Amino acid sequence: MQSHETQAPEVTSHAAEGDAETSAIRKFLQGRGSSAVADRLFYLLVAACACSIFAIVIFIAYELVSRSQLTIHKFGLSFFFRSGWDPVNESFGAWPFIYGTLVSSFLGLLIAVPLALGVAIFLTEMCPRMLRQPLSFLTELLAAIPSVVYGLWAIFVMVPILRDYVDPFLKKTLGWTGLFTGPIFGVGMLAAGVIIAIMILPIISSLAREVMIAVPHTQREAVLALGATRWEMIRTGVLRNARIGIVGSVILGLGRALGETMAVTMVIGNRPEISKSLLAPGYSMASVLANEFSEATDDMYLSALIEIGLALFLVTIVVNALARILVWAVTRGAPARAGA
Amino acid sequence: MADQKNREIRRKISSAARLNASWRGVKNHLATGLAILSTLLVVAPLIAIFGYLVFKGASSLNWAFFTQMPKPIGEPGGGMANAIAGSGLILAIASAIGIPVGIAAGVYLAEFSRGTLLGNAVRFTADVLNGVPSIVMGISIYSLIVLRQKHFSAWAGGFALGVMMVPTITRTTEEMLLMVPHMVREAALGLGVPGWRSVMSISLRTALPGVITGCMLAFARVAGETAPLLFTAFGNEFWNLDPSQPTAALPLQIFNYAISPYDDWHRLAWAGALVLITLILVSVSLVRYVANRGVLKGAS
Repeated sequence: MQSHETQAPEVTSHAAEGDAETSAIRKFLQGRGSSAVADRLFYLLVAACACSIFAIVIFIAYELVSRSQLTIHKFGLSFFFRSGWDPVNESFGAWPFIYGTLVSSFLGLLIAVPLALGVAIFLTEMCPRMLRQPLSFLTELLAAIPSVVYGLWAIFVMVPILRDYVDPFLKKTLGWTGLFTGPIFGVGMLAAGVIIAIMILPIISSLAREVMIAVPHTQREAVLALGATRWEMIRTGVLRNARIGIVGSVILGLGRALGETMAVTMVIGNRPEISKSLLAPGYSMASVLANEFSEATDDMYLSALIEIGLALFLVTIVVNALARILVWAVTRGAPARAGA
Repeated sequence: MADQKNREIRRKISSAARLNASWRGVKNHLATGLAILSTLLVVAPLIAIFGYLVFKGASSLNWAFFTQMPKPIGEPGGGMANAIAGSGLILAIASAIGIPVGIAAGVYLAEFSRGTLLGNAVRFTADVLNGVPSIVMGISIYSLIVLRQKHFSAWAGGFALGVMMVPTITRTTEEMLLMVPHMVREAALGLGVPGWRSVMSISLRTALPGVITGCMLAFARVAGETAPLLFTAFGNEFWNLDPSQPTAALPLQIFNYAISPYDDWHRLAWAGALVLITLILVSVSLVRYVANRGVLKGAS
């Protein structure tokens, strides 16, 4: 091309003009840089950034696995089912923490799920249009409050209320079940469950709302046309169609509950014991990490804590993957179905 | 006789229907009532938290809070100037890492990978990564950076938060870019604009308000994170702006003060919480406002 340009003045003037014109455009285009190379580079750059997300997950897994080799080799799987936690004698068992995490999370779900579904139903099916925006905004605000602020509120407001009013009441009326016995501290499994419930509510309700909105309107209209009341319409027309997605949103809430750290650490009581009573203090996997990680000086102790982190990581990965698949299954096909 | 019997049957059926209808009506009202009740129960703690926060925080918030250093135990007063500056430093590092990577990954998902296996895998992994507990992120960054460098630093804290920002920004950027109509891209390409240029100055430019919104959302989310900073930035009682040193952060300070037994520190914790939450709520509301304004109005 270069040679062509230099030759241009030598040919007839008319042709030269035409050539000069094309070469000007060519020059202009070339002046913008070789887009083939630039495009390729740009593509590689953004693709690399996208793949960095895989890299993050892989590197977390690698770091956690490689740093927890000591306890993995020493205790094997029994690490998760032993219940002695004695850093001085290098005897580690994660069962009290796993128990605490499971119990507080399920307690949280037990409280949060019915409420969250109630909110989602109210907001999608019943709410006057005027209230819908502000209310959904309010529930989203709940999600934006940092964990540590929830913890602060829980320590100074919720725990005293539980200690002075709720716990004694539960002990008196439901003490016979064995779930509400023993001394009342205020902090404990129940407090952790309640704060977890408050924290996962907005996640569950906003996702449940999303999948309910994805149910096509024709479904609702058909059920109403058959003479159903509004509740029957919601039950048969909406909830039944959205059930997979709702289960997904609940599992996603479970994922959040399992990993909840700061607020739980501040109210669970931090005692590695297993007690049937929900009023007794407990400990969770995330809070043992938060409390003891910076104290872990010797390798075995550190390895034990990192193995707990690894377990938490694997469990939340599985739980979240499951939840995402379920939510996707519902919301993905939604526009197509609604149009059909 | 037959007529009589018919009438009898009809009466029975209609009364059964009426009973049935009223029971269904009751159930309907019951469900409505429960839904309203649960909404109230959800809004109640929110108002309780806010009310208490404003009440407690505002009474202990003063100018000294922003300008003074923490005082030793027992001395009244003092502020969190070092924590506010430290938070700023850590969040700046986090944004410098999280925002470019997140946006680029979002561009990849929206512009280059529609329907490909790799694109779906990235999308899925980003969603799953979003659910990984922040404390796990904290300990893996600890073992990656802090254990190797042998000391805590703002770099490590910022890196942990930056990594946490990536999935959120990726997904919102993708969603925003997908809203940009295809015609705009085709017009750009038709004018001979190179592909990368069309992405940068047409697609991204059009979706810019939405992309910024996503970044602010991610920023607000990590601004309140405490767990990943516990063993990365660690906290510091003194003024520090050197990113290779342990650094104080607002959420860390709130946590430390909240679990301490001193009333003075509790008051500071409340004030800190109020500042933190104001920062977060302002950005979230702004996000909401921009999103409602129809971010891409000009484009569609």
